[in-house]
Amino acid sequence: MIRIRGLAKRLGTKQVLDGLDLEIATGETVVVIGRSGTGKSVLLKHIVGLMEPDRGAIEIDGEDIVGMKESDLNRIRMRFGMLFQGSALFDSLTVGENVGLALREHLRLPAAEIRRRVAERLEWVGLQGVEDMKPASLSGGMRKRVGLARAIAMDPAFILYDEPTTGLDPIMADVIDQLIRDMQRRLQVTSVVVTHDLASAFKVGDRFAMLDQGRIIFQGTPEEMRSTAHPLARQFMEGTSAGPVRA
Amino acid sequence: MEELIAIRGARYARRRVFDWIAEVGRLALLLGDAARHTVPALRSFGLVIQQMSAIGVGSLGLVFVVSLFTGAVAAVQAAYQFSSMVPLKYLGAVIIRSVIIELGPVLTALVVGGRVGASIAAELGTMKVTEQIDALRAMAINPVRYLVVPRLIASIVMLPVVTIFANAIAIFGGFVVAVTAVGVSPHVYETGVKQFFFMKDLYSGLLKAMFFGAIIGTMGCHYGFATEGGAEGVGQATTRAVVGACVLVLISDYVLANVLFRFIFAE
Repeated sequence: MIRIRGLAKRLGTKQVLDGLDLEIATGETVVVIGRSGTGKSVLLKHIVGLMEPDRGAIEIDGEDIVGMKESDLNRIRMRFGMLFQGSALFDSLTVGENVGLALREHLRLPAAEIRRRVAERLEWVGLQGVEDMKPASLSGGMRKRVGLARAIAMDPAFILYDEPTTGLDPIMADVIDQLIRDMQRRLQVTSVVVTHDLASAFKVGDRFAMLDQGRIIFQGTPEEMRSTAHPLARQFMEGTSAGPVRA
Repeated sequence: MEELIAIRGARYARRRVFDWIAEVGRLALLLGDAARHTVPALRSFGLVIQQMSAIGVGSLGLVFVVSLFTGAVAAVQAAYQFSSMVPLKYLGAVIIRSVIIELGPVLTALVVGGRVGASIAAELGTMKVTEQIDALRAMAINPVRYLVVPRLIASIVMLPVVTIFANAIAIFGGFVVAVTAVGVSPHVYETGVKQFFFMKDLYSGLLKAMFFGAIIGTMGCHYGFATEGGAEGVGQATTRAVVGACVLVLISDYVLANVLFRFIFAE
């Protein structure tokens, strides 16, 4: 379970997170939606300890990670997989080395076992025989899938997705959505998906949380999201410039 | 009006001083972190070997050209300055001492500093702005252990190695010019070289090269990790790393020359 309480973070002069509260139950997939620049990615980075909040607590299965020592934090991080917005694949490594990096660094497994696991994870995301390719030669959709294979290499208990479908064509976006669903079924993971792609959000989310001005301003099931009367959530759903938020 | 300008000037100066102190602090933290992770990093020795190849072997071509012409120019200049005042039998002696003590280590450091400092800063800077360093941390892999320590060790080890190569090539370059253009016989050149070759000169040059290697690796990693923004940030980091490395190499050369020849190798 992930429990976030009173999370606050200021970046420069902007108060990005301002007392944010959010709970994500074990096995649940929560979609965090919100306009660009509202701090969705910042929230994800706090959950995995990549950023230190100014205030607040982040509990991962009851352990508060705020102010935790790097070694303890790494123990928690090993239970996480994260798919970055731009995939963040390591350019200098091949696809196989990217997917197998955490296995090589953290587990004393024989090389053959690592190769087998890498091939298995790549197969799960629908890629075969790409182990020796370099990330630069992959398409956007393939990069996302390799990023996902890397995120699930260590059998994580939690997966964080940062804009998983951004920049993809609708068909490839649907492939990624299906993969997110597959991972939920296959690994029974707890997931947080940050997106502003509503079509994708409705396909993968068990629950919605809308972020605005540093706080969660709306939470609910996909049905509640569809029928919400909350003015900003409504405006976001309808994708109109007329509403409480003006450009 | 003048009072306002004075206040603004004072604020600007104060901000620059604080920025500079913060920069030194970040650098010290990075080095401290690297020192703590040196032993764990040595367990992944393959990464160190990979960097040694990139930093050392990859620089040999460039160093070959620079050293060959450095030795050649040294021979021409020395012959010109000797004129008829100093016998040409000392040409080899002047070349070997100037190359081993000063020209070899410093020019190698400046050339490798430009090439390697830029390459490290650009690579790490690009990794920073494309979230690859965040990805490493999210995978519980310490980026200092995985990226910084192998580059630092490789720079410290390979700079002296490349410097030995540069010394040999420069002495050969001097030999070619001395024999073909100045008219010194090969035997005379060789005698001068042998007579004035002292191990302490070689040690002092290599010790300097090790320091220069540390400076180049540190500047590349520090500015790479400090990169902000996109392509523009990477460009700025690269420039700062190269300029920082070259300036610090020259300053530390002066300091090391004093320490080495006044205290450690004092006659």
